[in-house]
Amino acid sequence: MGGAAVKPAPFAYASPTTLDEALALVGNESRPLAGGQSLVPMLNFRLARPERLVDLERVEGLASLREDGGSLRIGAMTRHAAIERSRVVAEGWPLLRQAVVLVGHPQIRSRGTIGGSLAHADPKAELPVALAALGARYHVRSTRGARTIAALDLALGPLMTTLAPDELLVEIEVPALPPGARTAFVERARTHGDFAIAGVAAVRAPGHAAIALLGAAPKPVRAPAIEAALINGDELPAPEVDDAYQRALLTALIERAIA
Amino acid sequence: MRITVTVNGTEHEADVEPRTLLSDFLRHDLGLTGTKVGCEHGVCGACTVQVEGEPVRSCLMLAVQARGRSVRTIEGLAHPLQRAFHELHALQCGFCTAGILMSMEAFLREHPAPAEPEVREALAGNLCRCTGYRAMVEAVRSSSENAPSP
Repeated sequence: MGGAAVKPAPFAYASPTTLDEALALVGNESRPLAGGQSLVPMLNFRLARPERLVDLERVEGLASLREDGGSLRIGAMTRHAAIERSRVVAEGWPLLRQAVVLVGHPQIRSRGTIGGSLAHADPKAELPVALAALGARYHVRSTRGARTIAALDLALGPLMTTLAPDELLVEIEVPALPPGARTAFVERARTHGDFAIAGVAAVRAPGHAAIALLGAAPKPVRAPAIEAALINGDELPAPEVDDAYQRALLTALIERAIA
Repeated sequence: MRITVTVNGTEHEADVEPRTLLSDFLRHDLGLTGTKVGCEHGVCGACTVQVEGEPVRSCLMLAVQARGRSVRTIEGLAHPLQRAFHELHALQCGFCTAGILMSMEAFLREHPAPAEPEVREALAGNLCRCTGYRAMVEAVRSSSENAPSP
């Protein structure tokens, strides 16, 4: 982020304790505040100047993490640190743990949330890519109703999503891994904890392959041709990326992810 | 907005604007200037404090978000790490030190016997522009259960 660091412009602050209250408050100039690890820097630089922040930290029921009928259900306000420490995640959805430990540093993971990461839609964020490989579904609420978004249909591009200003992402649903699945998340970043330049989330099981890429497009994408080649035991095609450097990097990372 | 925050065991009540960062609240409103402010966008780690025992960047948190919470700053820390940093010369100008100590105390609670690469990784979230990391790694390890016997 360029420019001199300043302080946030004035804003009003609301801290609802129920989801209904929160839904009634969010809208165009009234932005949700999750963990703040991306939004607060943008406020400090005055790149974001909302009239009001609706702090979701104290909204009841948004920070749960539980297994439900074989699926993992993660409340949108679940902290990265909670995902990192969860035994349920480590045992049933190891890809999420492999990805979350690469998010920033412990001081960021203490505050940052999975829902914030998804709704912010930074194309270099790890969790949205891991969730794309896992075939997650995002549960969204507004005063108008509820809807569910497939993992690949949330982000449109850098910092842009299909969420309307009055919608809140409330829960992430992750299906069980296929039997015998092995997973990996590998990335290339300039320094540990830095945003990744490229990354690969991989899930492999007998008759199943899911490869999601970070750094191939301005949002998480799957690599269906590579997945098909993995399932059929064919030679892997190069990832469909225009930039030669990114293509070479991703090719190497894919090899590492499936090794 | 009227808030009550417990800092280093003492309850403080104050009126703050919602836009006041926790780092500025600690330094300007409470006079606790041991917490340093570097980049103000969550990269340098100088402003690291603990909220409910967890290390956080105080420049990435609003003071109003700390209401009702327990905050610990360098002024409230008394840990063998501090003596180890002193004795092993793990600081030069000292600007980054408060944030590093608050990060490392939390790290050692979760990793009482860290291997050297783990210490290095844990230190990666705090920038030291004097580049004195080698002595810091030694100081952290000497304060852990992996300390070499004297």
